[in-house]
Amino acid sequence: MATETHGAEEGGLVFHPMDQFIVEPFFGGTDVAWYTVTNATVWSFLAVLATFLLLVLGSSKRSVIPSRMQSVAELAYGFVYKMVEDICGKEGVKYFPYIMTLFMFIVCANFLGLLPASFTPTAHFAVTVVLAMAVFLTVTILGFVKNGAAFLGLFWVASAPLALRPVLAVIELISYFVRPVSHSIRLAGNVMAGHAVIKVFAGFAALTVVSPFAILGITAMYGLEVLVSFIQAYVFTILTCVYLKDALHPSH
Amino acid sequence: MEGELAHIGAGLAAIGSGAAAIGVGNVAGNFLAGALRNPSAAASQTATLFIGIAFAEALGIFAFLVALLLMFAV
Repeated sequence: MATETHGAEEGGLVFHPMDQFIVEPFFGGTDVAWYTVTNATVWSFLAVLATFLLLVLGSSKRSVIPSRMQSVAELAYGFVYKMVEDICGKEGVKYFPYIMTLFMFIVCANFLGLLPASFTPTAHFAVTVVLAMAVFLTVTILGFVKNGAAFLGLFWVASAPLALRPVLAVIELISYFVRPVSHSIRLAGNVMAGHAVIKVFAGFAALTVVSPFAILGITAMYGLEVLVSFIQAYVFTILTCVYLKDALHPSH
Repeated sequence: MEGELAHIGAGLAAIGSGAAAIGVGNVAGNFLAGALRNPSAAASQTATLFIGIAFAEALGIFAFLVALLLMFAV
């Protein structure tokens, strides 16, 4: 089966599994400048639009017996609010709008990316690295503004034996700076891997003998991807909360 | 020749994904074992579960990334 995945020139797949991630201008043409409307821009915008419509229309006609849209909006709001409150405490609630924005954008981008022939902005490291670096910078600056030099106590594990503390400080420092890397790569990697796997199964469907299994495989992977889309948005948000908690209460 | 070695390397890097699967399975299995012993405490620990899964899985994703780099960037 492996030979089929080498590309059209060898008579196998007519598309490459990674082709779906190519950024290209949305309205024809080939060259991409900074102002060009690409498929990435369009689907990011649609994710923002979906977030906006869900939350604005969901809260416009507030009734005691909620409509379907209102229940979904309330569910999302309550879900993120509880997460922030549980992890960061009452002080963290001030930063709830930022975390809610992150969650809604990622979850909408992921779900819109599951539509056939769509494009997933969150499968691109360029998008997730920006999100993760924004979180990293916010949290670091916030930690220093809130606690001053005491924020460095995050790296100085007071509960460990004195001899171990310098070693732990180095490890903590490294793990602190790896945070934005793992934070962004986790989201983009998961989403990208899932989409690529679906495309690989789609390629197997070209062979008549295995096509029923390929279709079953696509269906199963699609179900898994719906789960992964939500869970990765949840994980991204919950890690943001954990990092925020570290900034608000740096002592272990 | 170099390109073929890169493909072998990408295949080897994929072993890391399996290792991450063991890690994630460990986390989820132990959570379930604990949750069945004390179901009332389980709901409050789902956040910890997902954080644990995320950390275990991150390294598998790194392995996947190495595989991708070998396939497309080297």
